[in-house]
Amino acid sequence: MNKATENPDCQFNNFDDALKESNLFPLTSTGIEVLQINFGYLCNQTCKHCHVQAGPHRTEIISKETLESCLEILRASEIPTVDITGGAPEMNPHFEWFLKETAALQRQVMVRCNLTILLESKFEHLAQFYADQRVQVIASLPYYSKRFVDTQRGKGVFDRSIQALKKLNTLGFGDETTELLLNLVYNPAGAFLPPSQAGIEADFKRELWQRHGIRFNHLFTITNMPIGRFRDFLVKTGNYESYIQRLIAAYNPQAAAGVMCRYTLSVGWDGSLYDCDFNQILELNCNHGAPDHINEFDFEELRSRQIVTGLHCYGCTAGAGSSCGGTVVE
Amino acid sequence: METYYSPDDLVKFAEIGEDAPELWKKFSAWYGEVFQQGALSEREKALIALAVAHAVQCPYCIDAYTQASLEKGSNPEQMMEAVHVAAAIRGGASLVHGVQMRNVEKKLGAI
Ligand code: SF4
Ligand code: SF4
Repeated sequence: MNKATENPDCQFNNFDDALKESNLFPLTSTGIEVLQINFGYLCNQTCKHCHVQAGPHRTEIISKETLESCLEILRASEIPTVDITGGAPEMNPHFEWFLKETAALQRQVMVRCNLTILLESKFEHLAQFYADQRVQVIASLPYYSKRFVDTQRGKGVFDRSIQALKKLNTLGFGDETTELLLNLVYNPAGAFLPPSQAGIEADFKRELWQRHGIRFNHLFTITNMPIGRFRDFLVKTGNYESYIQRLIAAYNPQAAAGVMCRYTLSVGWDGSLYDCDFNQILELNCNHGAPDHINEFDFEELRSRQIVTGLHCYGCTAGAGSSCGGTVVE
Repeated sequence: METYYSPDDLVKFAEIGEDAPELWKKFSAWYGEVFQQGALSEREKALIALAVAHAVQCPYCIDAYTQASLEKGSNPEQMMEAVHVAAAIRGGASLVHGVQMRNVEKKLGAI
């Protein structure tokens, strides 16, 4: 068996080689500005491209004990931003308690919300809770019209997302005169790269306002990472190779210099530490001598750790780059 | 040669330059600039290219500008409307030549 049959990814240009050519190897973090916490894979949706393969039957959720450890880290440091993700983090029983504790520490809290959860009877009160806690809502809406959204996220999701956005608008989210931030996330509906962030943001603003009277602050464009369900889709449809080649061809050293793992630390539902949410899915814990579990958390060692990289990293460095906060370079 | 058109050939486009490098260089530079944001947005230009690709029925261009249109933020409804524009112009262009036919018919005294 030759090497290429052992691992089909061997045929592609190694990401570390690309970093070397841009004088960025070894890629290291420059601090911890964002503590990203994955509340687990439980979700009320089962989106086609979900990179964590979340769904209603997943049982992996973060424990109160691990969340206590996160709070300890925040108390002992000045990490300014807490980014809560999942699954649908709202479905975790410790969610509201943790948000209140974090807000009390005067940190900026962002929640990655799938919108439809805000309409479920058990969680209907959360939109108001977000307003009370001054949470920044980052909501997935892959397009401004029904077809792309429902294909990717499930039948009826677009209409329910619009309903939830209206609910958030009513509370003042997305209104420039309030401080309640509502940012949307666009990701491509298939095996293609995202458009320019400024261009598609203008389209979203115009269309959502004209068709539904909805406003929001910013749109973040995110590249689909070739991992999880999206990778399965690429392989099944014969798009995997051409998609990876496309990411590689679009490698941008400026985007590589600004990748989010350089200022983010990601905590998995079981307390494992990762350089980012994507490495979490691939079970690539923090390494190169840095602690890989919250029980061994050491700020000094983690703030300038070497990042664990792989072929999927090309997803963050293509074109204008991609991160949880949208493009990396203007 | 088993088929005239193969998707693999699209990436060989630059090989055209081997036989006339200076002309290829000029074409590439001009082509690249044409699609830059100008008075028209990149998205609008990709949609025009998609429509023209259908008018000239070039499978390479249809492949490239379907992908480009999606990557510039267009959706399938907008893209299909662009194809209808191309089809309408092609259909209309055939039909309007019926006037010439009628001119000949008139000259020959048939109508
Ligand atoms: S993409 Fe988000 S909303 Fe969809 S299944 Fe995954 S975690 Fe749930
Ligand atoms: S995939 Fe993760 S580790 Fe790789 S570049 Fe992106 S953020 Fe960094």
